[in-house]
Amino acid sequence: MIQWVELVVFGLLFLLVTVLGFVASRWQSSGSSMDHLDEWGLGGRRFGAWITWFLVGGDLYTAYTFVAVPALMFGAGALGFYALPYTVVLYPIVFLPVLRLWSVSRVHGYVTPADFVRGRYGSSLLAFIVALTGIVATMPYIALQLVGLEAVLRTMGLNGTGFAGHLPLLIAFVILAVYTYQSGLRAPALIAFVKDILIYLVILVAVIYLPARLGGWSAIFGAAEQKFAQPNPTTGQPTGSILLTGNNQLQYITLALGSALALFLYPHSLTGVLASRGRDVLKKNMVALPAYSLLLGLLALLGFVAIAAGSKPITNNATGRPDTNTIIPVLFDGQFPDWFAGVAYAAIGIGALVPAAIMSIAAANLWTRNIYKEYLHKAASPQQEARQAKLASLVVKFGAVAFVLFVDPQFSIDLQLIGGVIILQTLPAVAIALYTRWLHRWALVAGWVVGMGYGLYLLYLIPNPAAGKAHFGGSALTLDKLTVVGWHPFAGSTVQIYVGFVALVLNLVVAVVVSAILHAAKVAPGSDATAGTDYHADEGSSRLKPVADTPVH
Amino acid sequence: MADRSGLRWSPWNLLLLVPLLMLVTPWFNTREPVVFGMPFFYWSQFLWVPVGVICVLTVYLRTKNDGVPFPDADPDVDDLDEGARR
Repeated sequence: MIQWVELVVFGLLFLLVTVLGFVASRWQSSGSSMDHLDEWGLGGRRFGAWITWFLVGGDLYTAYTFVAVPALMFGAGALGFYALPYTVVLYPIVFLPVLRLWSVSRVHGYVTPADFVRGRYGSSLLAFIVALTGIVATMPYIALQLVGLEAVLRTMGLNGTGFAGHLPLLIAFVILAVYTYQSGLRAPALIAFVKDILIYLVILVAVIYLPARLGGWSAIFGAAEQKFAQPNPTTGQPTGSILLTGNNQLQYITLALGSALALFLYPHSLTGVLASRGRDVLKKNMVALPAYSLLLGLLALLGFVAIAAGSKPITNNATGRPDTNTIIPVLFDGQFPDWFAGVAYAAIGIGALVPAAIMSIAAANLWTRNIYKEYLHKAASPQQEARQAKLASLVVKFGAVAFVLFVDPQFSIDLQLIGGVIILQTLPAVAIALYTRWLHRWALVAGWVVGMGYGLYLLYLIPNPAAGKAHFGGSALTLDKLTVVGWHPFAGSTVQIYVGFVALVLNLVVAVVVSAILHAAKVAPGSDATAGTDYHADEGSSRLKPVADTPVH
Repeated sequence: MADRSGLRWSPWNLLLLVPLLMLVTPWFNTREPVVFGMPFFYWSQFLWVPVGVICVLTVYLRTKNDGVPFPDADPDVDDLDEGARR
């Protein structure tokens, strides 16, 4: 049944951001044009502290986060709360490296992390690997934003079967694609204001109003504990717990740490960073962004609130299975008056559009700079680059829509899981390279190959009996299964660990050992286009490359 | 100070390691004391958010002018030209 009040409120707010998306193309200083990647892809590289805060916040805390984290709490309990330590340790870890990356990118006009790797190591192969990893990791992430948006649309009653069921999503995405094409990064930057204000409003109301309605937090935790105590019909094990168990503590720690290390390796995070005006803007943001961490922690608890409220996930009519990602929309539907549920859905829906736009821009930048210009059209002018990136952003978005249309959404979720593991494998080439060039370029390639292969192999080994899957059943590896060429160092252990972390450790070991060998063998390390002082250049420095600088051929 | 490799060090940076202590889960993986019906595991982790903010804020305030706006450490001739224009 269609919820008309919710749908009208949602529609009005969606219309507002659509207008903003198109208006954003007029928001630029006179004289600049969209004919340069600095303008279209990085918003002119001059966002101040406020815009950056909304943009990066809107970028990192996605619609998928808003539905998936509470859904994990709903399904598994305490483990889902890893989202809080993840975002607390995140900013202290990235504070210094992000500043160095901003400076070196501004001095040399780098648009993507792969551009930096290209300059630092003089290796187009290594840059290609980093770019490809970024694109592959980002694509399912965009598809998942659609899954979040569709969860909302289906809860509002637009739950058709087959192609008709996907039509509302398709329309929303065509609109998004057109204004992103037109306005570039400025569109999500402007819309992010609306998104974040709505999200804050909804979460604050939800965490104050709902517990009061449902008998307070003790009743909520009590209900959660009762639910988790019931054994799973398939495995006979308890479905979860409200405290960590001996088996999932290590998983909790490594998942929080691994996710924190991975986040700023994703190309879309760095797009937000490189679009900012200077180091001071970034530093202020590293102090202020944890405001979103509080929000995320509160939001996670809504997973337990949904248990207490007796919310049941909706069956997705396209796949015929209950979709736990609908748990938060269902909770809002059942507990809020219709008009406020509409606001809440708009918050999640618009929360999908902002990151989807930024991710598609980031993927388009990678394609254009590190594949198109590097291999297909070496002499591309800045105008041709910008044009290519705009077209690529369309391809990326419709690729993501096709994913949702023709592939089981579960596949996107699996791919996103894999995405986190593979993006971590670029850490040595991108993050460590900001500090030292000791790791040899060929050693980095070797580490990437081994880390990637081993990570995928371990993911393949993980079953999920509850979901009836034999492979790719999650990112929690039981140490018992950890093998090093047939040797099981932790045989019999039931302790779990995050796969991405294991693969990264192996990647680093290989990179260090191979580097030592290559240095001893005096293999040429390649040329470094960057100088030490590049990493500290700040706004106002004469070292910075002018924005939208057109090189003379 | 910047050396040739471009690495700089401030002892204040060590503060950035403090929030990592939050990853020692056995410290807070308990139910008691319950506050407002919320187990210790949950509310204590919220307290780490301000701890993280204070650590990063302190490092920010103590290393405020670490960038190199001008004059640059080793400007070449072209940079000097542009610098003069400003």
